[in-house]
Parts: sequence; structure tokens; C-alpha cells
Amino acid sequence: MEKGYIPSKEDFTLLHRQDLYTDTNFASQSYWKSVAMHFFKNRRAVIGLVIILLIILFAAIGPSMNEFGYRDIVQYRNENNKRVVAKGIAPQIPALHKLFTGEELEGNFSQYTFLFGTDDLGRDLWTRTWYGARVSLLIAFVTIIIDMIIGMSYGLVSGYFGGLTDNVMQRFVEIANSVPRLVIVSVLAIFMPKGMGLVIVALLLTEWIGMSKIARAEMLKIKEQEYVLASRTLGAGHGHIIFRQILPNTIGPIITQVMFSIPTAIFTEAFLSFVGVGIALPQCSVGTLIEDGFNNITTLPYQILPPIIVLALLMLGFNFIGDGLREALAPKLEDM
Amino acid sequence: MIKYTLKRVGMAVLTLLIITFLLFVLVRIMPGNPFPSERMSAEQIANKRAEMGLDDPILTQFFRYLGNALHGDFGKGTSLYYGAPISTVLSTAISNSFRIGGLAVLWGSLVGLVLGITAALHRGKFLDGFCTVVSILGVCVPSYVFLIFLQYTFAFKIPFFPYFFDSSRFLFSSVIPALSLSLFTTSTIARFTRNEMVEVFDSDYVRLAEAKGMYGRGLVMKHVLRNALIPIVTVLAPLIVDLLTGALVVEKIYGINGIGKLMVDAIAGEGIDYNYVLALGILYSALYIGIMLLVDLLYGVLDPRIRVSSGKKEA
Amino acid sequence: MSENKTILNIRDLDISFKTNAGTVHAIRGVNLDLQKGETVAIVGESGSGKSVTMKAAMGLLDANATVNRGEILYTYTDEKGQETTVDLLKLPKKQLRQHYNGQRIAMVFQDPMTSLDPTMTIGKQIMEGMFLHKNMSKEAAKARALELLQLVGITDAEKRFKNYPHQLSGGMRQRVVIAIALSADPDILICDEPTTALDVTIQARILELIMDIQEKMKLSVIYITHDLGVVAKVADYVNVMYAGKIVEVGNVNEIFFEPKHPYTWGLLSAMPDLETEDDRLYSIPGSPPNLLHEPKGDAFAARNQFALAIDEKAEPPLFQVSPTHWAATWLLHPDAPKVEIPPELQARLERARKEAEKYL
Repeated sequence: MEKGYIPSKEDFTLLHRQDLYTDTNFASQSYWKSVAMHFFKNRRAVIGLVIILLIILFAAIGPSMNEFGYRDIVQYRNENNKRVVAKGIAPQIPALHKLFTGEELEGNFSQYTFLFGTDDLGRDLWTRTWYGARVSLLIAFVTIIIDMIIGMSYGLVSGYFGGLTDNVMQRFVEIANSVPRLVIVSVLAIFMPKGMGLVIVALLLTEWIGMSKIARAEMLKIKEQEYVLASRTLGAGHGHIIFRQILPNTIGPIITQVMFSIPTAIFTEAFLSFVGVGIALPQCSVGTLIEDGFNNITTLPYQILPPIIVLALLMLGFNFIGDGLREALAPKLEDM
Repeated sequence: MIKYTLKRVGMAVLTLLIITFLLFVLVRIMPGNPFPSERMSAEQIANKRAEMGLDDPILTQFFRYLGNALHGDFGKGTSLYYGAPISTVLSTAISNSFRIGGLAVLWGSLVGLVLGITAALHRGKFLDGFCTVVSILGVCVPSYVFLIFLQYTFAFKIPFFPYFFDSSRFLFSSVIPALSLSLFTTSTIARFTRNEMVEVFDSDYVRLAEAKGMYGRGLVMKHVLRNALIPIVTVLAPLIVDLLTGALVVEKIYGINGIGKLMVDAIAGEGIDYNYVLALGILYSALYIGIMLLVDLLYGVLDPRIRVSSGKKEA
Repeated sequence: MSENKTILNIRDLDISFKTNAGTVHAIRGVNLDLQKGETVAIVGESGSGKSVTMKAAMGLLDANATVNRGEILYTYTDEKGQETTVDLLKLPKKQLRQHYNGQRIAMVFQDPMTSLDPTMTIGKQIMEGMFLHKNMSKEAAKARALELLQLVGITDAEKRFKNYPHQLSGGMRQRVVIAIALSADPDILICDEPTTALDVTIQARILELIMDIQEKMKLSVIYITHDLGVVAKVADYVNVMYAGKIVEVGNVNEIFFEPKHPYTWGLLSAMPDLETEDDRLYSIPGSPPNLLHEPKGDAFAARNQFALAIDEKAEPPLFQVSPTHWAATWLLHPDAPKVEIPPELQARLERARKEAEKYL
């Protein structure tokens, strides 16, 4: 009670309220708005988002931030017309060096800034790292989006029609799911040349399964709900119901799955390229960069660090975003 | 329960059979030629093909292959280990891979369980955060990166462990590869255990047990752990898959003659060894399907909701 | 009602929860008495704080809860025959669990489908309490467990003893939960919506079972419920709770036949009734206030068609109506305009009273 309040006579009059039926407590807030609010309140999710946006930014502009191309060998011809190549230069920033030591940087390439150094062939690792990140990200995004379309269509159709259709389609998924990814890759290697194509097809053949399972589960959950039933009795066609009514409701979980699938795709690409069936020289991806670094680890140990860190940050970022989305889509009620 | 088991086993065998057949057909209709054509004339090749039965109908060939395979005969490699029977090469490889993989799973699960339980018991405190960071690390960095790091640090900079695998000192030289392979297991199990335990801690039946007067150790041992650990068998399947994939690179880098290295050699070299691809494909699929079957059955045995009340429930 | 001895006494309890959105002030000064052998009901909408109050008494509050003020005094006769009073809120968790939970104060939860450990046979779950508090031998515990199973109306006790929870129906499970609660002979039984999750036909049987056992075992019972039907059936005293406060308290006749608080009127009007001609079921407009924001004045004012100007300025104190009946509404202030119970409700209450008199 508000202490010391002494009620006056006027206080005891009826207010005859008219606004009783407006419920301010549960005032409508759009679903996506509340998802976004939960997402941005989650510290980890925001960190993940920032990491991914930064990497995407650098993957986009990083390679053109200096004068070196990703396959250019930094070199010049000296007075004797001999080639001098910037092989294996450790990370260097001339200006900073001068600032801290007071001396000019020594060496043939002392005028250049190599933030990540150069590799054993004399290529700038800054450029190559971001170029590789760009390739890895592109592969991951493109394949996962295609997988999403395939997986969702498959799952939605299977779940919607049910019965025999569902049975047959699910048996197929079961068998497809029982083939380890490695085996798919090895069989593909027989039919296809090694390279980016193989990585993409391998990912296309495997990642859709998870999406289809989610889409199907969501479909089974939603299809019995009244609003779907209502529009079916009103004569809506299958296509209309699947794509206009149910699809929007499955978007949330599917996007979450996408956030977990993209790192899987990046991982797989890196792994295949490392093994030697993925991206081929002189193209580069995070995987080939790690392999290069590994090959030179005893002589140029710094070379392996940038791609590993980029890879780890990509994993971390996407996982954080995925976790954040999952929580934002199904926030736990604070029980009372 | 028996009916359920039989049904599962039957399905698994059937699936494996279908996959084997598909693999066989795909490998047999490959473009290209299993014989080095520059060394053989067309006539020689034709004779060889007839001799090997390559001109028979594909089904006949398949059943012949299957029959031989069941007796442990997978033929010989087309380019790898020329002359040695695949089964001999494979058995050494399997033994190496399984021992190292087994070590990794054992160690990884142990550490993962300890981390996960610690985190759950100290929910929201420093130890919880620490365990979370460790488990995130294990999921974000591939096992071969750990291997490279460990190899560089503890075998090159500080030459304590062997730089390459040495089968005469099996345990000692398994430390680096097994440890790197175990990190994914550790983090997955830690994360899973923590989340399951936290969920069980929040469950109504733990609330009832507390209302009964249970607390501390007794509560955790009798009610929380059992319920939290049963679902852990479900992460076995993804763990094994990752282990198999990870072993590919780890074995290659560390020079271990295992099935992973064999697979890399079979597909990533100059020529592809079809017979190895086929044999390894069957092996990997069998392993994978076997693990999934095991998970299903194990779950059935561990969880009374499936074990008791046979017949009615499926899956 | 027998000896008029207070065994549980909640004084000025004040609890808040830290959530992501801010601090929720869920319990705002609750007082409650339970006499030996009595049945007290706490009624209110979900979120009114009725469960939280009793969870506090059991030491089952979530980790994000803070008790700001108040005490929960429990009076009992200890092993030496000495009458002792403790503040349950001040006890260390370990001591609370070892000597009070289960042994002296037991609780039955809302959802029998989730409140039994799915991996343990029900026999073991019943015996657990006996091992903890009574140091019984295995044989004795089993014999007692079977006895309890029969007491709660499970006929094939021997067979059920070895069953897992999933093999029992919802009603059976709730009986098992009750058996667990009784396993260490408690003084007080707290029933948190014990029948809400059950079929209507089974609800009545479970309530009768609890009343029956209460008689046999001389229990004092606290019901937490939103169902006035349950209250009418079982309670001696009723506490109506709204937004973390008790707004009206009285014996069951006073609450049902002479309610004073407009919120209680609303709750009573919202009860389904066969004879009401109006074919629309009444419901209280709006929803309970969000306790993230401290309500100003009377928390119910925004939903109250009889709100006074003062309701927005000051919180009403409890006005005494009779020795046992109190209500926190400014309408009872001598200066307040005369507001009568809405006529439809008045008619219903009259009917109910006549109905009740027939059975007396």
C-alpha cells in the first residue's frame, strides 16, 4: 500500500470503466518481431551474427584490399634480371615495425604489408585466405539453399499425402540415410573429376535428408490443425495448402537447420579439399589452404593459422546463430 | 521385444544388401577400364574379361561377388597393393583403425561425461562456462587440425611422441591420433550430457523426488543420471560417422595403415581403385548400419518404456 | 477444525524471480494459516502465485527465485514429544530435505504423466521415502508399500508394484503419486492441482480418495487449484489469490454465499452452472497483470467493473467482514458507495445455498 495516502471522499466514486475488454498484457505482437527480439537479446547469437557478417564482409572485399591477386606470385626482377620471389615471408607491417623498433624493415619486400605473410610460392596469404573463405562460403550457401528446396519439397509432400506415398518416400530416405557420406563421395569420385563439382554434388546428395525430415515432422504437426482443415473443406488445392499455408509455418525450424547445415557443408568441403578430392589448384578454399599450411608446417608454421582460425570462427558463428534461432523460435516460458 | 529385434535386424540386413547391390552396379558400370590398356592388347583384355566373368549378366556377377565376399574374398586391388588380396590388406587396416578409434571413443566418452556432469552440477557458474567453451572448441575445430597442432608441438617442436605412427609402439604412438580423434566425442558427449541433465533436473519427477526428501548425491545417482544417460546412446551414430570421417585424414597425416588411409589412397590418388572403393564402401555402410541398429536395440534394452510393453510400441 | 492448533503459518511472504525480461514480483506479502486436520484451498488464475507459495514451503523454488521477506512457520511434535516451531525458509536445504520434505510435509503434483520417474518401478519409488525417513528394512518397506497401494485404491498391488509408470493410466499414476506422498506418514499434504490433468470422471474419485485418506491419517491438506468446484467439495477455508496477494479469505460458506471481493464474484460467475439461463459462459475480462511491473493501487482495478477512483491510487487493506472472513477491496470501506453482487450471480448463489441446505 502506498504509505500515508489518506483517501478523500471523491476517491470513493465508481469509475464505470469502459475499457475492461482491452487486454494490454497480451497485446498482439507479431510472431517474427518477438523472435527477433529474443534473438537479439541472446548475447551468443549476436556474437555469432557479428562474426559471420565480418567474415562475409572480408570474404567480399578482403581479396581486393591490396594489390595482390589470389594466384599472383609477388616477385620482381633484380638488376641481374634474376627473379626475386617473396617466398615464405612471415606476417609483416612495415609501419608498425618502424613504430615499435624505430628501424626500417629489412629485406627485399620490406615496402609491402603482408598481414598474414606469404606462402611457399610467394603468394599473399591475406588475399588467399579471404578468397578461400569466399569460395567455401559460396559453395556452402549455394548447396545448402538447393538442399533446402529439395529437402523441404520432399518432406512436405511426403508428410502431406501420408499413407502409401509417405511410406515409399520414407523407405527411400531410410536407405539414402544409411549410406555414409564417405561412400557417396568415393563412388562419385569414380564418375566425376575431382574438384568443386564433386564437392557440390556430394553435399547435394546428403544434406537434403535432414531438411526433409524436419519439413515432414512440421507438416505432420500442422496438417491436422483447424485452419488447414478449414481451407481444405473450402476446396483449396494441395499446392495451395502445402505452399501457401503450411510452408510459412515450417520456415522457422528449417532456417535453424540451415544454420547448422552450412557449417557442416563448410566442414565437408574443407575435409574433401584437404584429402585431395575437392577444390583443385590454383583455386583455393579454406580446406586447400589448411592443406598447404600443413605441407609447409615445419618451415612456415604461421601459414596454417589464418585458414584454421577462419574455419573455426565460421563454425562457431553459425552454431551460435543456429542455437540462438532455435531458442528464439521456442522461448521457454518463465514458469510461475 | 524379440519381434522388434528381429524386425530391426531384418531391415538392417535388407538395407545393407540394397546398398551393396547399388554400389556394385555403380562401380561395375564405371566409365573407364579396370585393366591398364597400354600394356594389354584388345584380345588380351577380352580374354581377361571373360575369365573374370565381367561379361556375365550383372546379377550373376553380383551374386558371385556377394558369395565370395561372405567368405572374406573381396578380390584384388586394381592399382593399390597390386597382387595382395584386399581381405588381407583390409584386416590389418581394420585392426589398426578399430584400436585407435576404440581408444578415442573410450577416452572421449569418459572425459565428455565428466565434463558434462560437472557442468550440469554447476549450472550457470564458472565451471559450466568452462565446460561449454571446451565443448564448443571440439565441435568447431576438425580433428585433423588438432592432430596437426599436436604433431607439430609434441612430436616436432618437443620431440616426445613419434612424428609418425609406429606399429611396434602401438599405445605410445596412438596417443596423438586417438587424442585428436576423441575431441569431437568429448565435446558432443559433454554437451549432450549437460543438456540432458539440466532437463532432467527441471523435470517434474525430480521435483517429486525432492518433495520426497531426496537431495544431493542420492538424487543425482538414483534419478538424474539414469534418466539423463539413457538418451546418450542416440549420439553414438553421429559420433561414429564423425570418427570414420575424421580417421580418414588423421590416418593419412599420421601415416597409420587404417581403413581411412586406404580409402583416401583408393580415391584421391592418380587412378581410382574400383575394387577397394567397392570393398570399403560395403565395409563403411555395414559399420554405419550396424551402429544404427545397435543404437536402436540398446535403447530398447535400456529404456523400460520400450523394453517393457513389447509388441505394442515400435520405435 | 478439531483442536484449532495452527500447524502451518505463512507470514508476509514476499518472493520475486529474476528473468531475462526483469524482476517479476510474484508473491507480494502473503499470509496464510493452516489448522491441524483442516483443509485449506488457495484459488486463483494461473500466474497468481498460488503454486509458488507452496513451493517455497517445500524448498522447491527455482534457482532464480529470491525470498525477500516473510516466514513460513511449521509447528510439530518432535521425536521427544516436544512441540517445536521452525521457519522452513531459514532451514538449510539439506536439513529441510532430511527432516521435513516427505516426512512431515508431502506434496502431490499436477501432472501424474510427468511426475513419476520413468526408469524406476513404482514400487521402488514408493519405498524410497521409507528408506530415507523411516530406516525400514526392505521387507517392511515392501509390505507397507503394498498396503499404501491398496489404500489408494490400486487393487492388484502385488502386480503393479513391479510396473513402470508408463504401464499405468493417468488416474492410476496419480494414485501412485499420492501413495508416494503418504509413504513417510506426513502431517501436511499439499496438493497442487491434483486433478487438473485427469479425466472428469476420475477427478471426483481422486478427490474422494484424498478426503478419505485425510480422515484416516489425520492429515492437514492444502489444495492449490483454479477450480472452484474442487474447492466447494473439499475445503474448510478458502484463500482467493490474485497477482501475488490474498484478496479474500473466509470459510467455504462465506466465500461461496457471501463473497465480498469483485474478483471472487468474477470467479464464481465464471463457474459453469446448469441452471443459468444465459447461454454465454461468463469470463473475467482481460488477463492478470504482468508482475514485471509493480501494480499501482489495486492490481485488479483494470479488470474490475466496480473500480473506484481510489483503486488507482492506493492498494486496499484487508477489511474484516466476520471473525473468519476478510477481503481486500475498497468497496468495504465505510465511505464507498453501496455496490451489490451482480443480480445474476446473486440468483445463482441463492440457488446454490438452497441446494446445499437440502443436504444438511
